[in-house]
Amino acid sequence: MNSPLDSTVLFQIGPVQITQAIVTTWAIMAILVIGAFLLTRRLDLRPTRRQAALELMVTTLDTQITETTGAAPAPYRGFIGTLFLFILVANWSSLVPGIDPPTAQLETDAALAVLVFLSVIWFGIRAGGVGGWLKTFAAPNPVMIPLNILQSLTRVFSMFVRLFGNVMSGVFVIGIVASLAGLLVPIPLMALDLLTGLVQAYIFAVLAMVFITSAVEDGAPNSAKTDLTLKKKDT
Amino acid sequence: MDYAAIASIFCAAFAVSFGAIGPALAEGRAVAAAMDAIARQPDAANTISRTLFVGLAMIETTAIYCLVIALLLLFANPLLA
Repeated sequence: MNSPLDSTVLFQIGPVQITQAIVTTWAIMAILVIGAFLLTRRLDLRPTRRQAALELMVTTLDTQITETTGAAPAPYRGFIGTLFLFILVANWSSLVPGIDPPTAQLETDAALAVLVFLSVIWFGIRAGGVGGWLKTFAAPNPVMIPLNILQSLTRVFSMFVRLFGNVMSGVFVIGIVASLAGLLVPIPLMALDLLTGLVQAYIFAVLAMVFITSAVEDGAPNSAKTDLTLKKKDT
Repeated sequence: MDYAAIASIFCAAFAVSFGAIGPALAEGRAVAAAMDAIARQPDAANTISRTLFVGLAMIETTAIYCLVIALLLLFANPLLA
């Protein structure tokens, strides 16, 4: 049995080895970009069916962002939405025969987690400036600085291991059952895998959102007051 | 087969089996609490189940960590290389 930590190399361009995960990733990226471009080319005030479906997706995303964090969704919609859709399509790409989901490889998940890490820094600096962002590390008091730095690293690491472990274990278990029991037996497991893929994509997006908003809210001056007034208006 | 290989196979099995106990108990408690909450307040079922799913995945992660450790022991063991 192949180790789940290895990746299959398809071909080589110069010194760079192109693995199967990279090809699948680029295919998914192309599908998402071209699909989004084609679907949003002709937008109308009176939506067609396709536009209505797209609007439903965007509104659902917005309500999820607002409900989980209480923040206005506009600045985060692009990043969080892309993250969610990419991971979802990547997790479900195992439905296509012969394709392993790229999220079952360490590299893809590590890259996604690094993206979240960098975006936390980016949104934090944009909200409170470099000084405000650095101040969040000394949040309750300066004794916590090493712990806060450690936490910002470990939570990204745990996101990455969580996504990798869940998706990889699904693929691995299906492989074992298929090799032991035969062709059609792992179908219920694959159905379970669909659910896991959806939940993991959702969790990855929600966690990224929570980390980003916590950096933004801690860094921004007088954030607590504005939040309270907003909440009062809502209720 | 030398001792390191045998020990790592045993440790992988132990990591998965004992690592699954804690998350299983914890998930049971979490689901029971969520059921209770939904029964008391069916209006909040959406919020509760969303939070439940996120929490369950968090709890499950501890078991997944054990699985990753087991797979590291089996497939990428630095002692055997």
